[in-house]
Amino acid sequence: MTRHMSRRTHLALALVLLAASASACGQRKSKLDGATTGSGGGGSAATSTSTAGNTADGGKTQVRLCDNVTTVALDQLPKSRGEAQAVADQLMDQWRRQHPDQEWETEVRRSWTVKPPFENKSVLEGQQAEGASYGRYTKTDILAWARESERAAMEGARVFHNGGELGSTISVSCDMCHPDAANTHPETYPKFQVQLGRVALLRDMINWCLQHPVRAPAMSADDPRMRAMEAYILAQRQGTPLNYGKH
Amino acid sequence: MSRRHTSVETRYMEERERTLRDLGRLSRRGFLKVSAAAAAGAAALVGGISPHTFAPVRVAGAQPGKREAFRFAYISDSHLYEEKVNDRFVRGLLRAVDDVNRMDPQPDFVLYGGDLAQLGQPGELALGAQILKTLKAPLKMMVGEHDWFLDMGEKWRELFGQPSYSFDHKGVHFVTLMSVVEKDFWTARKLSPMERMKTVAGLDNGAQSSFEVGEEGRKWLADDLAKVPATTPVIVFSHSPLYKLYKKWNFWTDDAEPVQALLKKFQRVTVIHGHTHQLLTNRIGNIHFHGMLSTAWPWPYAPEGMPELTIQMDRPDPFDPNDGCGDGTFDVNADATVDAMYRLWNRNPVTVKATYVANGKADRPRTNNRRGY
Repeated sequence: MTRHMSRRTHLALALVLLAASASACGQRKSKLDGATTGSGGGGSAATSTSTAGNTADGGKTQVRLCDNVTTVALDQLPKSRGEAQAVADQLMDQWRRQHPDQEWETEVRRSWTVKPPFENKSVLEGQQAEGASYGRYTKTDILAWARESERAAMEGARVFHNGGELGSTISVSCDMCHPDAANTHPETYPKFQVQLGRVALLRDMINWCLQHPVRAPAMSADDPRMRAMEAYILAQRQGTPLNYGKH
Repeated sequence: MSRRHTSVETRYMEERERTLRDLGRLSRRGFLKVSAAAAAGAAALVGGISPHTFAPVRVAGAQPGKREAFRFAYISDSHLYEEKVNDRFVRGLLRAVDDVNRMDPQPDFVLYGGDLAQLGQPGELALGAQILKTLKAPLKMMVGEHDWFLDMGEKWRELFGQPSYSFDHKGVHFVTLMSVVEKDFWTARKLSPMERMKTVAGLDNGAQSSFEVGEEGRKWLADDLAKVPATTPVIVFSHSPLYKLYKKWNFWTDDAEPVQALLKKFQRVTVIHGHTHQLLTNRIGNIHFHGMLSTAWPWPYAPEGMPELTIQMDRPDPFDPNDGCGDGTFDVNADATVDAMYRLWNRNPVTVKATYVANGKADRPRTNNRRGY
């Protein structure tokens, strides 16, 4: 099954976007304000909002990440922003080691190219209509749209490049014939697929490839992996005109 | 060409035509040789030469100082997994070996163009070595990145020797070059050997470095070529293209310019490269470049940077297994120009002649109407 962002990560992302990390992520002691900054790494969304409390443990201070599990013990509390950041980094390092899968976005970004989604800045230009159905948009909205759209395509890139995830019985993945999703031409569907003798959608062709060159079971149309791959393949053709029926 | 597909009459006429062409080039000494051979042939079936064949004339045509035309075959980019993991790529290589073994006359030798294994595993390389042993003609091995980055070539060297070497054949100097060196991207990220291998194995994986011959390789090449006179034709085998086409897929050699500079002094230079899995033609100055087909899968053409000379092969049909794959031959003509023949499985073969590569006009290969997207 595909890994979705955990609820916590979603929450944490929302926190970063809204810059309101205090309320949702456990109580925060004012002593540690400096350690509440986001960890800085793009995509590593879990914030290092921490809970600190004096314990009886040899006078050390336990600092806990908002997961209520990851903990470091400090002899003395950080005095500067830099020191606090160091504590936050330490917590995040620990958390990352314990949750290697949560780094999938970083991995995807490092390895595969996903074209950026449409730039929606124009939405903010001029005067936004009063009483528009969705209210007034802010920069944060635009960021969230881009991020969520891109994330869907990135998940697709991960599946597309992974024979195991695709269910291949012969260790073949899509990128072996379609680097960067080249020659997948999603903009030409639906079209009459001569070899099948009927009209095919992109997902029909994905399934054909899965069953033949990849030798994997077909996916249902609403399989999260199928949806993700459609997202990735379409994303790679950003800017290409639609030309359904083209051979 | 298999004799099974050529009638006796056709072969006789071809031989006759060749003979008459060669006769025009005969010197007095050559003519005497022909006469002597013909006389001997007429007198008795000396050495099994029939008096009805033109064979002695061709032997006499190979005069000292003049190069003899010859042909070698290639098989490339088989990307083998072990058979229990994936039999499809194994069958691809077997088919190519059959193709070459059926050639009559046999090629002078067979070049293997690199990427024998998919993930550089000892079992994959050993399986490949075992299959290639069934070739009838002598084998010249070249290394590819898929063979190398698991154990940095240890198993490959054990099976096939050093990756860079040169040899002379019928007056042509051949160089096989290790050209898939990558700058260290793995140590800092503490990657395991298999993680490193898998990163390199992804064509569109941007977490790796670019291919290069490297300083050590260039020095080796310079030393090797220093002994070779500029009038000697040179043919270079390299897995990476030795020019810069599309960096993102490593259709690219980072130090292409200094390598090309080393080849500049020679009057005839041909580079034959793997990695691109497609019909690919280029010329830079005096250097002709030909890509090789894969026996495993074809790559799409790069979205930018395509050499003008390349006439793209048809977009492969995914419903036609092995379409766009194949093997081929290279004909080294008497003037040391090289014609590339792409034996595309399930399609007509395509020949890219040196006369076409020289000016982009003469002997233009056929075009197609199913281009890639």
